[in-house]
Amino acid sequence: MADPERPRRSTASHRVVTWWLVLGILALAIFPAIAEKFYLQLITKIMILSIFALSLDLLVGYAGLVSLGHAAFFGVAAYALALAAPASDAPNLWLTLPLALAASAVIALVIRALVIRTAGVYFIMVTLAFAQMVYYFFHDTRLAGGSDGIYVNTRPSLEIGSIDLAQDLHFYYLVLAVLAGVFIFLGIILRSPFGRALQGIKANEQRMRALGFPTLRYKLAAFVLAGTLAGLAGYLAAAKEGYVNPELLAWHQSGMVLMMLILGGMGTLFGAVIGAFSYVLLQEWFSNLTKHWQLLMGSFIVLAVLVLPRGLAGLGQSIALRRRSSASSDDVEP
Amino acid sequence: MSSPEALLLTTGLSRSFGGLVAVDSVSLQLEPATIHAVIGPNGAGKSTLVNLLAGEIKPSSGSIRLRGEDITGWKPDRIARRGVARTFQHTNVFPDFTVFENCRLAAQSRNVHLMRWLKPAESYREWNDAARSAMAMADLGGRAGVPAHSLSHGERRALEIAMSLATAPALFLLDEPLAGMGAEESTRIVALLKRLSADHSILLIEHDMDAVFALADRLTVMVNGAVLASGSPGAIRANAEVQAAYLGADVPMTAL
Repeated sequence: MADPERPRRSTASHRVVTWWLVLGILALAIFPAIAEKFYLQLITKIMILSIFALSLDLLVGYAGLVSLGHAAFFGVAAYALALAAPASDAPNLWLTLPLALAASAVIALVIRALVIRTAGVYFIMVTLAFAQMVYYFFHDTRLAGGSDGIYVNTRPSLEIGSIDLAQDLHFYYLVLAVLAGVFIFLGIILRSPFGRALQGIKANEQRMRALGFPTLRYKLAAFVLAGTLAGLAGYLAAAKEGYVNPELLAWHQSGMVLMMLILGGMGTLFGAVIGAFSYVLLQEWFSNLTKHWQLLMGSFIVLAVLVLPRGLAGLGQSIALRRRSSASSDDVEP
Repeated sequence: MSSPEALLLTTGLSRSFGGLVAVDSVSLQLEPATIHAVIGPNGAGKSTLVNLLAGEIKPSSGSIRLRGEDITGWKPDRIARRGVARTFQHTNVFPDFTVFENCRLAAQSRNVHLMRWLKPAESYREWNDAARSAMAMADLGGRAGVPAHSLSHGERRALEIAMSLATAPALFLLDEPLAGMGAEESTRIVALLKRLSADHSILLIEHDMDAVFALADRLTVMVNGAVLASGSPGAIRANAEVQAAYLGADVPMTAL
């Protein structure tokens, strides 16, 4: 049934998004058939970082909360797995994953509750400060190996059939499934009343409050959800590498994931994923060219921000929009 | 002085900013289904009064009662959920959302459960219905799918009122809804306010005296933060103090 209230563009673009999503999942699903082991691991890593970037996109791109401490939630979940894992046996995923997610959620809840009224640049600084506190907690105490870090000796086990996550291929498909799940989950949430309220808060928080929305509570919920999803990525990262150290929580890590978002384009789910892919692939490419790859990387990002203010995903969108509007210029509303 | 049926009652409401008393001991009573206009020269404290009533700023002293309940110091969202809808002096809509989505989101504010995460926002029929009837009331029915940023100035002002209407309020606080409008657009908004006043109370801040006297059931005149006079339009028109203080030398008497 056609709904006159819904602009044609949104249903059309919804269909486009679904097609690209299916296409992307298919491409990633057949990738292992043609890939060497190195690339299999590389793409696994990128998919994990995509989940991390998606979680930050919910905050920055949709709720308008720019956080520079997002690595704290990523790292806390990674440490939770490392600390909960038995010395020699494989940790049970169904026990350790909820534990890790809960740890990230609790940290997010505590941090947000302490900074509930800060906004803008103060929020950026305060999230950075809290993340650094978590960093030094793990760096300076013997709890988890201090600055040396700690090993996760065996990958978690799924306890389903013959799935063996210790095999990189199996682990790859687990990460792909989680990435697809997180993407779809966020897509659903963003269309829900909760997601719409977040987008309203980003656009104009004062108006939302005047309409009757308790905006602080919405932002708290978004912060905890984003922290938990970052924890999901952190858990997978710890499981993949088999090793956890304080660098996972460091502000470089928070800065990197923010950079991915800026590169890919905030406020679109594809932007987060495209950002993670292009960031890591460029990093690989540049570091093969020169050991001063960070210089190249920095220049590229500056250039991208100047030329593509809405990121790589924004570039794709505007091409698609231009094509559609020229194809149906007589179709515009009066 | 206070009557049991008062919808909104302020007693000695004051707010100062440093040494400046922006609102000075204002006692105001709003009855159901009436338009109560607050007029006064620039800087009289009218917008500060709206901000106090909407909870945007806190009073230095005095109290605000809504249907007998003390709402002094409440947060804006809590006051809004109790049925007080306000519009802003400067148009304040969501420019990138469609007209429909602006109104739908406003209607959604009546039910702010945090955990509605799975069903699409458009599948909640009561919000769609509230949005549709608010758009129809404000003559925006034909503009539902248009992004708010491509509306005309007058349409944006109408949208702002439609958003307030979609929250099903008992009381509107309208801060200069006619500001910056041409004659034709003004007529349209005046007609809309007239329709709304049938079953809503409106506190109207407005400089357009033709509109004020066409609409208001009661008038309050503010000067320097304080109430100079309050009464029926006829009584205010005849009030010598108002003529002297507010109308001053420049405004011709016929404007009232």
